Amino acid sequence: MDFVYDAEQEALKAAMAAVLGKAYDSSETRRAVTQVDPGWSEGTWQQLAETGALGLPFAEADGGFGAGPVEVAIVAEEIGRVIAPEPYVETVVLAGSLVQALGSDEQRARILGGIAEGTLVPAVAHAETGARYGLQPTAVTAAGSGDSWTLSGTKEPVITGERADLLIVTAALPSGGTGVFVVEPDATGLTRMGYRTADGGRAAKVTFADTPATPLGSAGSDASDAVALAVAKAQVAYCHEALGAMETALHTTVEYLKTRKQFGVPLMTFQALTFRAADMYMQLELARSIVMWATLVLADSEDARFQIEAAQRAKLKISTASRLVSQEAVQMHGGIGVTAEYSIAHYMARLTVIDHLLGDGAHQLGALAASVDDHAELDPFGE
Amino acid sequence: MKLRLSAEDVAFREEMREFFTTQIPQHIRDTVAARRELSKEQFVESMQIMNAAGLAVPNWPVKWGGKDWTPLQRHIWHEEMQLANVPPPLAFNAGMIGPVLAAFASQEMKERFLPATANLDIWWSQGFSEPDAGSDLAGLKTKAVLEGDEWIVNGQKTWTTLGQYGDWIFTLVRTDPDVKKQAGISMLLIDMRSEGLTVRPIELIDGSREVNEVFFDNVRVPAENLVGEVNKGWDYAKFLLGNERIGVAPVGGIKRNLAAAKKVALSAGPGGSSLFDDPVFAARVVELENEVLALELTAMRVVANSADGKPHPASSVMKLRGSQLQQDVSELFVDIAGPSVIASGAGADSDIEDWAQVSAPVYMNLRKASIYGGSNEVQRQIIAGGILGLRG
Repeated sequence: MDFVYDAEQEALKAAMAAVLGKAYDSSETRRAVTQVDPGWSEGTWQQLAETGALGLPFAEADGGFGAGPVEVAIVAEEIGRVIAPEPYVETVVLAGSLVQALGSDEQRARILGGIAEGTLVPAVAHAETGARYGLQPTAVTAAGSGDSWTLSGTKEPVITGERADLLIVTAALPSGGTGVFVVEPDATGLTRMGYRTADGGRAAKVTFADTPATPLGSAGSDASDAVALAVAKAQVAYCHEALGAMETALHTTVEYLKTRKQFGVPLMTFQALTFRAADMYMQLELARSIVMWATLVLADSEDARFQIEAAQRAKLKISTASRLVSQEAVQMHGGIGVTAEYSIAHYMARLTVIDHLLGDGAHQLGALAASVDDHAELDPFGE
Repeated sequence: MKLRLSAEDVAFREEMREFFTTQIPQHIRDTVAARRELSKEQFVESMQIMNAAGLAVPNWPVKWGGKDWTPLQRHIWHEEMQLANVPPPLAFNAGMIGPVLAAFASQEMKERFLPATANLDIWWSQGFSEPDAGSDLAGLKTKAVLEGDEWIVNGQKTWTTLGQYGDWIFTLVRTDPDVKKQAGISMLLIDMRSEGLTVRPIELIDGSREVNEVFFDNVRVPAENLVGEVNKGWDYAKFLLGNERIGVAPVGGIKRNLAAAKKVALSAGPGGSSLFDDPVFAARVVELENEVLALELTAMRVVANSADGKPHPASSVMKLRGSQLQQDVSELFVDIAGPSVIASGAGADSDIEDWAQVSAPVYMNLRKASIYGGSNEVQRQIIAGGILGLRG
């Protein structure tokens, strides 16, 4: 097992840090960007496209660069470090994985090629109100056959759903199982009501009323496995985003403890605070280990069950670690920690949202508990 | 970045697994598996078998019996040993005084002590802590005064683990009371059969006689028994404690014990039902298992990144988190045992199984894990100050 980046990966990390560090040089810049729709910067998105970041995991034949989960992780982590609001995980990882797994040659060329170039931003419409974290859609149903299908029902919240150039929609198939469909932005019967999210981003309520839809890939067949694997990949990418955010939150807090003075001395004079910072560091490092491992499992294993389990484990650890880190970061900043004018609360907001995207800690715990008694020891190699 | 072990490391792991599961006597491995105390003879037998195979002191310089292994190989060696229920080589010998002597002692002292230390022909005890010098070790008061070619030692050491078996004790003594406290300390090797040295056992909460007080009343120690240079003892102690803290998390042992706890939980419910039917219990085990996985992966990250000889900063979390999880698993055993937990003295004729009988004593005994080797408060101080730069 080897957790070290090679030279090319180090170069990618540096390039991403440069682009994103410049785009979001302060929390004020981010705040200004998120004030106006679509809640992220089209310019920064183009820059990411120019560096190749948006096409990393796609095959070269589809307009991508044939890189893997490790490279995706590097980008996600740098996104998280500055909590860039661009919908990288949603577009490149979640939508991208679905299209990669299911799309026809033509669909892959159009959608993946468009994502890679930065000209097409699809949104995945999967979540349904009241369904919590279930993977089986029920509120949106598909009707039709062959290439002629319509969708009806409501998806919410759909991240960046109003701005999206294309919707990739999961729906219950008439024959049972899950279908994945492509809906054009001007399709009849499609309404999108966008709003601000808790972390300054955008989501939408998306309603389909006999809305024409094209199956992603072959029609009518159950795509549950592809959905589960795409979700696992997105979960791990979110975890890396959270690692980047936690690292900044810890660093910011440490700097605050060094510089902020009360009672005539720096806050770091007080052991009650420095010990808690030590625990934040410990949680961050433990989370980093398990998240990097999950990425390696995605990259190396061909066992989808093991990949899904690894993603659940990473998400579980990120949940507990990110709550501790963000809560303590805010607490140790005092009053300024809960203001929108200072950075740390924005980190808490983003970490809170990430925790609850695609299953929070309690959900993963429940999923993992179902198989806890079927093994003696956990083997990190999946043997 | 890659997930798999190299073919070479897989072969190495197989070799270690084969050795530990076939060469160490079953009665020793059974005692460890049952979480019972090992006898002196069992410690000695196990370590001598390992030493004969060249596997007792891989962390020492090659010249003195060490192995030119990669950090990952050393990690695998340590893990496989624990997974096979093999007691690690005696820490006082293999992990503490051995490396110090190899690094700082005179050639003559090395030749005199190192081979016997590796083979556990000498059982070393540790004489560091004192009643008034625990976490503040540099405040130690036991003093040594040079008279001719002998040091006269007076004072008291405490928490001397397994001191009842000790042949020799390596001590920190004050040799200069007039300088900054760290600058007046030396390291002295003392024959525990010396006149004026007495060992008094301290009974622990679990009824065990694991630690002792050691008293020095005008004990005469040959001047040649001073390690390295006079008043440099604090440097040697820091070296020793640094070795002790890095990679001390007994990950393999924690994994093995957690697996054992899960096994007994399968039939520890009412009427022999599975405790996993209780979702609260199942969730607790999932959480614990995930935390142990995170620790194990951190250990691998740390060893993989320590190749240039400098420890990875994250290694500092190993002692802190490792001790917590060791304790958490022992607490799980107690809770699985439920009402049987009180039956620590029931013995073989009882219907209460052995694992349940030992659960409370082991749980209480393991509170030591977050206290010895630099308490967890000391570990947090190291992380806050040394890594985060938070210096009060």
